[in-house]
Amino acid sequence: MASNKKYWQSVEELKGSSIVETLSKKEFVEEIPTDDFLGDKETLENSSTSRRDFLKYVGFTTAAASLAACEGPVRKAIPYVVKPNDVTPGVADWYATSMADGYDFANVLVKTREGRPIQIMPNKDANGTTSARVQAAVLSLYDEKLRLQEPSKGGATITWSDADKEIAAKLNELKEANKPVVLLTGTMASPSTSKIVEEFIAAYPNISHVVYDAVSESGAADAMLAMYGKRTLPNYHLDKAKTIVSFGADFLGDFHGGFEKQYIAGRKPETGDMSYHIQFESNMSLTGANSDKRLVLKPSDQVFALLNLYNIITGSNVPSKTTSVDADVNAAAKSLQKAGAKGVVLTGLNDKNAQLVALAINKALNSEIIDVNNTLNVRQGNDTEVAQLVSDMKSGKVAGLISYNVNPIYSLSNSSDFSEGLKKVELSVALSIENNETVDASTFALPTPHFLESWGDTQFDQVTYGLMQPTIQPLFNTRQIQDVLLKWTGNSVSYYEYLKGFALTNVLNGASWNTALHNGFHKKEILEVEETTVSDIVISDVASQLLKSTKASAFELNLYTKTGLGDGKQANNPWLQEFPDPLTRASWDNYLTMSIADARALGFANPVKDNGAINGDYAKVSVNGKELVVPVMVQPGQAKGSVGLALGYGRTFGLKDEMKVGVNAYTLYTNGNNIQYNVSIEKVSGTHKFACTQVQKTIAGRHDILKVATLKEYNSSADPKHSWNKPAFVSYDHNEVEASTINIWDEHNREIGHHFNLSIDLTSCTGCGACVVACHAENNVPVVGKNEVRVGRDMHWLRIDRYYSSEVETREEAKELGLSRGDTYRALETEAENPEVTFQPMMCQHCNHAPCETVCPVAATSHGRQGQNQMAYNRCVGTRYCANNCPYRVRRFNWFNYSNNNEFDFNMNNEYGKMVLNPDVVVRSRGVMEKCSMCIQMTQVTILKAKREGRAVDTDEFETACSSACTTGAMVFGDVNNEKDQVATLAKDKRAYHVLDYLQTKPNVVYQVKVRNTNEA
Amino acid sequence: MKSVALHNRLTSLLLKSITLLLFFAFSLSSYSQDVDEARQKEGRKLFKSLCASCHKLDKKLIGPALGGVEDRRENDWLKSWIKDNAALRSSGDSDANAIFDEYNGASMTAFPQLTDQNIDDILYYTTVGDPVKKGAAVVTEAGQKSNESPKWLIYILAAAIIVAFLIIASLLKTISELKGAPKTPGAIASLNEVWEGFKQNTFLKVMCTIFILLMGAYVVFGTLFKVGVDQDYMPLQEIAFSHKIHAGDNKIDCQYCHSSAKHSKTSGIPTANVCMNCHKNISEVAEDTKVEWDGMTYGKAELDKEIAKIYDAVGWDADNLEYTGNTKPIKWVRVHNLPDFVYFNHSQHVTVAGVACQKCHGPVEEMDEMYQYSPLTMGWCIDCHKATKVDVKGNEYYTKIHEQLAKKYNVEQVTIAQLGGKECGKCHY
Repeated sequence: MASNKKYWQSVEELKGSSIVETLSKKEFVEEIPTDDFLGDKETLENSSTSRRDFLKYVGFTTAAASLAACEGPVRKAIPYVVKPNDVTPGVADWYATSMADGYDFANVLVKTREGRPIQIMPNKDANGTTSARVQAAVLSLYDEKLRLQEPSKGGATITWSDADKEIAAKLNELKEANKPVVLLTGTMASPSTSKIVEEFIAAYPNISHVVYDAVSESGAADAMLAMYGKRTLPNYHLDKAKTIVSFGADFLGDFHGGFEKQYIAGRKPETGDMSYHIQFESNMSLTGANSDKRLVLKPSDQVFALLNLYNIITGSNVPSKTTSVDADVNAAAKSLQKAGAKGVVLTGLNDKNAQLVALAINKALNSEIIDVNNTLNVRQGNDTEVAQLVSDMKSGKVAGLISYNVNPIYSLSNSSDFSEGLKKVELSVALSIENNETVDASTFALPTPHFLESWGDTQFDQVTYGLMQPTIQPLFNTRQIQDVLLKWTGNSVSYYEYLKGFALTNVLNGASWNTALHNGFHKKEILEVEETTVSDIVISDVASQLLKSTKASAFELNLYTKTGLGDGKQANNPWLQEFPDPLTRASWDNYLTMSIADARALGFANPVKDNGAINGDYAKVSVNGKELVVPVMVQPGQAKGSVGLALGYGRTFGLKDEMKVGVNAYTLYTNGNNIQYNVSIEKVSGTHKFACTQVQKTIAGRHDILKVATLKEYNSSADPKHSWNKPAFVSYDHNEVEASTINIWDEHNREIGHHFNLSIDLTSCTGCGACVVACHAENNVPVVGKNEVRVGRDMHWLRIDRYYSSEVETREEAKELGLSRGDTYRALETEAENPEVTFQPMMCQHCNHAPCETVCPVAATSHGRQGQNQMAYNRCVGTRYCANNCPYRVRRFNWFNYSNNNEFDFNMNNEYGKMVLNPDVVVRSRGVMEKCSMCIQMTQVTILKAKREGRAVDTDEFETACSSACTTGAMVFGDVNNEKDQVATLAKDKRAYHVLDYLQTKPNVVYQVKVRNTNEA
Repeated sequence: MKSVALHNRLTSLLLKSITLLLFFAFSLSSYSQDVDEARQKEGRKLFKSLCASCHKLDKKLIGPALGGVEDRRENDWLKSWIKDNAALRSSGDSDANAIFDEYNGASMTAFPQLTDQNIDDILYYTTVGDPVKKGAAVVTEAGQKSNESPKWLIYILAAAIIVAFLIIASLLKTISELKGAPKTPGAIASLNEVWEGFKQNTFLKVMCTIFILLMGAYVVFGTLFKVGVDQDYMPLQEIAFSHKIHAGDNKIDCQYCHSSAKHSKTSGIPTANVCMNCHKNISEVAEDTKVEWDGMTYGKAELDKEIAKIYDAVGWDADNLEYTGNTKPIKWVRVHNLPDFVYFNHSQHVTVAGVACQKCHGPVEEMDEMYQYSPLTMGWCIDCHKATKVDVKGNEYYTKIHEQLAKKYNVEQVTIAQLGGKECGKCHY
């Protein structure tokens, strides 16, 4: 029964640590040290500022401030000289384009204001989705610190024409001598670029093209090549799946670019049916956290379990080993067989053989979910070729290297070999958007534009052809790789003309170029995908190879990518650094995740300090003779005998000091393999300070926050009000009455005009955090930095709370069950080894009966008729009474000025970074409280648009930043007084509930009970 | 006082009659030069409507200068050129083709609709030029002067009278004292008496203290509330742009230049290319244009230089009539500054509510130099929102909500405040 669960946010809380309890009672964890200072006579007397001085300063500053206030500054207004036709100052323009940075691929819409892109949203017509990283990419455009700005040779600036001349001469020289040159790029997924590269190679036959992805999925592509004869990634139509079995595939994360949208489309309880998802994994991943059944299994056991599953499904007997979860594998097999063609097996092991086994299982199932025709082009990296290139370079066989937006010196495990080889090449050219180690080590550094400044095309799958168009004039002296290659090929046509010609002749098939450009994509009418031929693979051979390469050991390392930083391309992006990891809730760090049992055995712990921050111990991780000292984060749900470490951190070259966080896990990423065996771990001295938003915001034992039901319960005829969605009862006049029947506030009529509600479906929310970054971009939410996050001063208006659950509620309950002291601990810990995880986006609830409004002494926060709890920053005097009285802990206080302040050297402290600010929302100053406004600037724009056009507001026309960014449709915003709006129905749904409804604050944010499909199989 | 005003009126009358006489004399003398006023007027009208976009009398524009063109060309040739220059050119007329080539093959519009009489009128106008009206200018100037003078004169005179009165009073007193009259207790002594009485009266003391405190508070609050209120702010602009000439005299619609006011939150400062829509053809002001600028009166000499500043900014070569491409932005000084924490949207007021620009910006069409007419304080906004009824007619957006609100408040037409225009969050976010 759902209500028996205890939800907890940290291991410390579960253990009932007194610190956590104390912290949970305080909104602001740090005491203001007035007593320390004023109470101590000595410090007072030793202070260099005497009382008289103090009064002088006060007097002077007050006088100065009032004098300065008497005359306003002279402000200039500088219009365009010639206004571009499509720009109306003050009105946003939207452009459809595509993102492709080598790791993240998306069809997007870009909001521009006066020629500056300020926000990225999914292009829903093109079936586009955005993740936190795609959302944040707009800020990376303005990264004046990391971006290359001028072409240079050996560190000295040169002109493009000189660079062209010198490089072309050298290329021709190498061509004459027939010395090999390599073009090293990441995955580009661009048909026209592929053609340009082909032509370039035709002009210089000594050039070969190697594709290198920092985070590799080479194994899956190689397996496809072996079995289906083409080196792409299979597509998965998870929306149609009945049973999904995944072995460490984080398909809600970065596995094949992510399948979040499809997955959630197959999990809508109101259809009466949901897919059944079993996840075998070692790290606690976003996918595992969302699964119906999660089995913790260290990587080697995952291989055995996969082979066991193959044996059961196909009835064969390939060599394998028994695992502790064989019964569950059996059950999974049964479920898969029952689902038949609607079942699918995925594996995240970057190993050709493991992928082949998964493909074979899907073939045996005759799975319709896996699509090997309409395949994905988003990871084309080839580990074998890259390894070959590095060894060739080292032995001096490569005469020239042209790299494009890759940074092997940072991201290769054998980067020293690469650096050594790079010194031996005669010509090294780095085309790059950013200044990094590899660019620095190359002779020529040629700046390329950001995707928001570029023309281009994309082909992520075989059906949707996407177009990329510039949304801003290039900020720096950049040139696109396509233009560069065309020039070096001797083609004088510009890439824009080339692209247009290419699209018109090869893709558009008579359709209009302008329409395609406007839409940002073109759906190919006929599925031009050829049926792929299946070659027979002997799985028993594959299996024995797989077994040979699987070296089960005491500790196994599973390298993974975090939702925030991914492969590390945007490591200098403060939004992403401050983005808390959905699971550990830690920002500004990577760390070794370790199971509770292992941590106890090895003596690691995460003590909570009295300021609410979390500390950690350091571990020395040794793999293949390489060592790395990493802080340890104890992670519930981590498989015993396994540890996890995120890639993408530990970059230092060219980054701002604040962003040089974490350790570079790529050094352990040998051969691009995300699983490393034979790992040894040793505790070393030192204490690491984590910046975790995890413990600060416990919910003070109020467990009416989260409601979870099973699909069976949901489908049963029982009244939800009496079973899985019980309303709160309170004691009134010595009787238990439903909380909604009494209230200490007066009721107002809320049926006139608009009344906004936001519905959040906890079943559909995967915790991906795209909304968190969208909120940052839309509302000018400041970045505060690691130290401030550590003491609980993060400014996120929208956070995603993560709750772990265990079946035994409290120690008191355990006592009632008659458990001994030892048994109690054991019972609690057994659950904690693999807890259920639920995500809950939390922002201002816009209570109709708002406790914060009642206590504001200056009426700075008040209620609008449209349901929004409004915050007038200019009226706020910073008493923080409201935050203390808010039961949801969603009000954030501005402790400092975060703009134009060198102490906070993030995007609001430089001219480029400030270009991303939304001009319709004020940048708040020090000393005021701020919080979610329900994007009142967006609702106002929608209303005004309707008024100008003299019409009523359309159905579902209202949007907020979070609801439009939401990939899965978990967040729905609208007007409940418009019956046709989706939210009007959702607000009355049988799953709908309000958080802490016993308080009767009557929030305008409605949550939908989380439904899990746990009853199956 | 009275006498001064009378004198003023007399002077102005005198001046007016003299100038009127002068004017008649002048016009009579000019009329004696055989100018057919009717033909000139007709010709001018036609010229302004048909020719002026490409030609001027004294200056090359898109086409050649036409002043005294009759002296240079045959009347018949001109007629056939004007009616259909292309036909004339194709007939092989060498003069026609020469002029066509001189202007880089820019062909002139044909005017077959013009009669010979029309063309003769136009040509007559090109010969005699604009009617002279110097006298009129004198009249207006003199009239203005006479209206403006009294204000400061009155103050000075009043002060002088008071001083004189005091002197006389003291003189009279001294004289009587000298004459041996008993010394009356002086004003100071009697004041002392009052002060002694005041000191003994507690009630009066309390009342006075309260009064002084209230007055003090009133003054302090009044002063503090004016901090940051920049009403009448009139910064000096880079270009002496007169709204009076544009919006007043020439009656250009506000939104012709401030075109984003109906779409956007900002009204938009016109970009230089918008200026060039007209100023491509208007490179100088009329002879008698006057603009009050920064305490000085700008005449044609100064104002033509101001127009040249636009050419400079937009990169227009006025001699060769082409864009050079060298542009530089014009840096206007913002007159109306709202703080960052206030959101104001022009289109809401202009397009939806149909508020006239002048309601907030004042009589812009009478301002040479732009200044902030309204205080732009929150109280000022709210006052209007409280008082103004929402114009809901013909706007479907309001249909439902207005019906409900009108019922709730029991009014026929709701105010903006009743519609929610008084909520903090509507303007502060």
